[in-house]
Amino acid sequence: MAGTAVRGRLTWQTATVGAVMDETPSVRTISLSVPDWPGHQAGQHLDVRLTADDGYRAERSYSIASAPGEPVAITVERLDEGEVSPYLTQDLQPGDEMEIRGPIGGYFVWDPTGSDGAAPLLLAAGGSGVVPLRAMLRHRSRIGSSVPVRLLYSARSLADVIYRSELDHEADGVQVIYTLTRQQPPGWTGYARRVDQQMMAEVAWPVASPAPLAYVCGPTNFVEAAAADLVALGYPPQRVKTERFGATGTP
Amino acid sequence: MRPLEDDVLDGNAIGGMLIDLFGAEMTTAVGACGRCGTTGQVAEMAVYQPKLGTVVRCRVCDNVLMVFVEVRGVTCVDLRGLTSLAEVTG
Repeated sequence: MAGTAVRGRLTWQTATVGAVMDETPSVRTISLSVPDWPGHQAGQHLDVRLTADDGYRAERSYSIASAPGEPVAITVERLDEGEVSPYLTQDLQPGDEMEIRGPIGGYFVWDPTGSDGAAPLLLAAGGSGVVPLRAMLRHRSRIGSSVPVRLLYSARSLADVIYRSELDHEADGVQVIYTLTRQQPPGWTGYARRVDQQMMAEVAWPVASPAPLAYVCGPTNFVEAAAADLVALGYPPQRVKTERFGATGTP
Repeated sequence: MRPLEDDVLDGNAIGGMLIDLFGAEMTTAVGACGRCGTTGQVAEMAVYQPKLGTVVRCRVCDNVLMVFVEVRGVTCVDLRGLTSLAEVTG
């Protein structure tokens, strides 16, 4: 349908690629210029639609990697068997166009102005699940929030950590704890296994007041395990927000 | 709640489609399963996307709650398994 003006409807818009940046050998951040972008919240995503010359269409969802107020950016991980990610991470160039719609999502959102705005944050990322959480961290910095944050980030190796230099220079009040599940650098003293109950007990904010809020994102099996670990520690299920990416990019 | 298999998604993945169909953000909407009575937000429901559409199931009893199939440009929406689906306001 051509540009419906019906309130509440999302319309597809043409976005122009502004810049591309490789975060890791298989992950690229794409910043976009979107003429009628209404603004977004940290944690939301957008849908991308690509149409081939023969009319074949593919749609995918990508979490928005930038904070509210920054240019819209998405971070895409190249999946070897993927239909869309190889194009986005290798072929797409500045100046190219793509159709997007968004922002989407009202559940997996960090809103510091809401009633839970001062809650300590426990962020748990599996692989590319770090993308929407990074938007939250950037938002926190931009607004000068001092909410305490712990990010537990599970990745295969240090080379697979997305936004590494940014995370290694994080602002006051933000602790980043890595667990490298397949390969660790020499002398590594950090976690070296998949997230489990013991690890979560050591990392997560205690449930005592002020009540923390948890955001868990990544492959489905990671999210299921991490969320269950948090609930087992006493986090009320309604204070554990989850976003599952399916079976892709398993740490 | 039973753990989901590796390739199963959740209601966040169909957020865009739901806005398109319902005219509103629906991932925070609360649905009630007609078989077991469990209530929960759409964002936390189990979403399966086989080639021919989208199936949303109850996390607790596996009951099919919603089915979406696109036929010649029109999306057919079947909310067979829900007894209610309500937006959360305020």
